[in-house]
Amino acid sequence: MSTPSLSRRLSTYLYRRPVLALTLLLAPPLVWLGVVYLGSLFSLLVQSFFSLDGFTGQVVRRFTLATYRDLFTRANLDIILRTAGMAASVTVAAAAAAFPLALYMARYASPRMKAFLYLAILLPLWSSYLVRVYSWKLILAREGILNWTVTQLRIEGLLASLLALPGIGGPSLSVSLLGMFIVYLYVWLPYMILPVEAALERVPESLLEASSDLGARPRETFRRIILPLALPGVVAGSIFTFSLTLGDFIVPYALGNSALFIGQAVLAHQGTAGNIPLAAAFTVVPTVIMAIYLTAAKRAGAFDAL
Amino acid sequence: MTTPPPAVRFVRVSRHFGDVRAVDDVTLDILDGEFFTLLGPSGSGKTTCLRLIAGFDHPSEGRIELHGVEVSTLPPYERDVNTVFQDYALFPHMTVAENVAYGLVIKKVPPRERQERVAEMLAMVQLPGLGHRKPTQLSGGQRQRVALARALVNRPRVLLLDEPLGALDLKLRQQMQSELKALQQQVGITFVYVTHDQDEALTMSDRIGVFNHGRLVQVGTPAEIYERPATDFVAGFVGVSNLVSGDAAVAVAGSPLTFTIRPEKILIREAGAAVSDGMCAADGWIRDVVYLGAHTRYRVELAAGGELTVIEQNVEATPADVRAARGRSVRLLWHRAHNRLVATQP
Repeated sequence: MSTPSLSRRLSTYLYRRPVLALTLLLAPPLVWLGVVYLGSLFSLLVQSFFSLDGFTGQVVRRFTLATYRDLFTRANLDIILRTAGMAASVTVAAAAAAFPLALYMARYASPRMKAFLYLAILLPLWSSYLVRVYSWKLILAREGILNWTVTQLRIEGLLASLLALPGIGGPSLSVSLLGMFIVYLYVWLPYMILPVEAALERVPESLLEASSDLGARPRETFRRIILPLALPGVVAGSIFTFSLTLGDFIVPYALGNSALFIGQAVLAHQGTAGNIPLAAAFTVVPTVIMAIYLTAAKRAGAFDAL
Repeated sequence: MTTPPPAVRFVRVSRHFGDVRAVDDVTLDILDGEFFTLLGPSGSGKTTCLRLIAGFDHPSEGRIELHGVEVSTLPPYERDVNTVFQDYALFPHMTVAENVAYGLVIKKVPPRERQERVAEMLAMVQLPGLGHRKPTQLSGGQRQRVALARALVNRPRVLLLDEPLGALDLKLRQQMQSELKALQQQVGITFVYVTHDQDEALTMSDRIGVFNHGRLVQVGTPAEIYERPATDFVAGFVGVSNLVSGDAAVAVAGSPLTFTIRPEKILIREAGAAVSDGMCAADGWIRDVVYLGAHTRYRVELAAGGELTVIEQNVEATPADVRAARGRSVRLLWHRAHNRLVATQP
């Protein structure tokens, strides 16, 4: 009998040592996650406790809370609140817009229709995010198709009064918080639809039948069974829409006005201004907001159905 | 004196899915307070019938009445029936007590009465003190009891049970069978029970309806169904049955009409044993023997063609005796009265 080949002996060796096999498999991703990702996150946190010497422009490597004090100045606080407010409204709107579609896909659509809808939702993600944002700038511009449609429908007065609103309005949709909201809603919607649809698909039909069997009308079944069981999906989706909006700097750059968002502030401080500590402190803000949000969601029982 | 209307009435009910006739022209009365079982193999239409009563599905033709009121097109939440689901369908995000209270919350029963009825019902299904648990923390048998409590707490006039014991192991299933029967007698509600398990049907039911290919083949008490099966399908599905037809039927009974004979009615005697009046006799040899503990199953090949299965209690016989019987020539005897002529289904 010939001796088994090397690969066969290796297979046998690993088969008998499952812990070693697992370690070998997990080592690369763990090194990546642990050292490269968490390590840089940690160094970011450390950086945020340094400060910038305003005179020399050098980073002073000594522990201080001065940078965080800077973060809570009027101007910077405005940036944080504006960004968080935008992220929250985009998330709420995305959840409201995604739910009916996700429900239709999970419960009512035929397999063909479902495949088509999946494709329709994922297809935009194949093209560059930048291209899509700039296309929207053209759509929303004063000379763009949206304005033209509104004019044809003779409701330009409505649009004008929306744009006249203080804070969210502006000279046109392409230079306003309102326009940014529309674009954010569009670019992040797939990230809300997919987890909500997945959560709804996991709800067995028999639970809905049981609810109606016990006397609940469709509206009550929705409120007491479907909604609570879909909540983990909504929370998962909102993590995407919320954190993606918090960190984005392209949409405000393309469609915003002079009012800054966190992403832009980070870009400005670590780039031209060279204020790495303040940029790091700004970056810590979304992390803290997300941590608070997830804790609150857990307290509210959003993950009880998992 | 007028008789009360039946709890459930099917009048020429059919349910088609495309070309498939899941339920085909079923007419049936289920009496008030009865334990009625819909028995049949999978795909025979019994579960569809249950769903038609619950209102999850609606008939393509015919009408369904509950206590004399037509409900054919009513949604489930407007029918005074409750269902125990095959997968129990407990709400995973609610505790056991919240699950049981669900129907009462929907009906806006005041909290105090609600709590009392939930506690009373949990005690009745022998789960007191487990109200705060989540369904995932319960065993299969416990979940089954919660599902039962959740349905019964609403005091429905008809309780529908869709193979509720299917997922339980044999011991637990037998225990639950007697508990369910006792519970039904205690609460006096009409139970409509779906199963493919003939033992379960015979054990629990007041009456049984046997389904095959969407049709209701026979309705009767367990004894009627077992002793006087209407067709060869019923004879074969409910218990083990020997079907004798053609030349063998002529040789044994003197007529070519197909009849059935239950294996436990047949006696095994020495070849050439005397045949008394009113007995049927068939000669053959023992082809196969299976020792089953309490009884032994013999397969006897007949000289006239075909074979008969015979079951004998192991009163005196030892496993060695039983094995030694293989290959022996025997005469089979049984009372002619046990022969049942049956219609053969194509």
